[in-house]
Amino acid sequence: MTEILLFAIPAFFIILGALIVVFAKNPVHNAMGLVLTLTSLAIVYITLNATFVAMVQMLVYAGAVMTLFLFVIMMIGVDKPDQSKESIKGQSLLISGTLIILVAIVLFVILENGLNWALFFPESENIIDGTPSLIAGVMFTSWVLPFEIISILLIVATTAALALAYEFKKSDSND
Amino acid sequence: MIEVTSDWYLTLSAILFSIGFLGMMFRKNALIMFMCIELMLNAVNLTFITASRHLGLIDGQIAVFFVLVVAAAEVVVGLAIIVSIFKKQESASVDMLSSSKG
Repeated sequence: MTEILLFAIPAFFIILGALIVVFAKNPVHNAMGLVLTLTSLAIVYITLNATFVAMVQMLVYAGAVMTLFLFVIMMIGVDKPDQSKESIKGQSLLISGTLIILVAIVLFVILENGLNWALFFPESENIIDGTPSLIAGVMFTSWVLPFEIISILLIVATTAALALAYEFKKSDSND
Repeated sequence: MIEVTSDWYLTLSAILFSIGFLGMMFRKNALIMFMCIELMLNAVNLTFITASRHLGLIDGQIAVFFVLVVAAAEVVVGLAIIVSIFKKQESASVDMLSSSKG
């Protein structure tokens, strides 16, 4: 019973937060809905034995990324409401088609198949614990090349953000 | 006694992805669209972690780590672009961005 509650309560808040993100009118409410979703997801990660990822999720997403979002909302202010005008012909028809396919897949699995995704691989007996030492042991041996590449990506992103935010003066370009 | 299996988590992830897709397609504000991209990325992360537990392998959690870093980098650059666009046209709506098509 505890197991089901530990899944159901965060799952409810995840979906509630996601709906707030999509449907709220005030951008600050959207951002708060995203915080709700991300925090609840961290709880789900803990129940899935991924404690380190849950901590990183809280630090990076609910901490850094959301602060950035709120900062930008404060800078550019609360925007005008969306216009419902179509800028591409037949846009909403195409979107609805794709959306119906996604919803149909989920409903088929839930109702018709009895919540069974018919996974190809059987469930493993091996219980892993996502502790920092275990993750570091794999990341710095077999995943070390992707790790180095991701560090280059971070440097490039930082430089790009600086270049976008910096206002080049006329005298700079003359040098 | 019902047991919480991987299928439950996969269903939750699919629902979260669908909601994110809905918002991405129907909202016009660039900031909200970014938040919806975050929702979709988190749905994928949940799938990765479920697979990691299902298969008993740690590699899924490492993949989540990389997705997190890429998402953070993407948000930094994306928000910088939104701010510089806003300075120019006083709105974060993507409809007005059609002026950037060459």
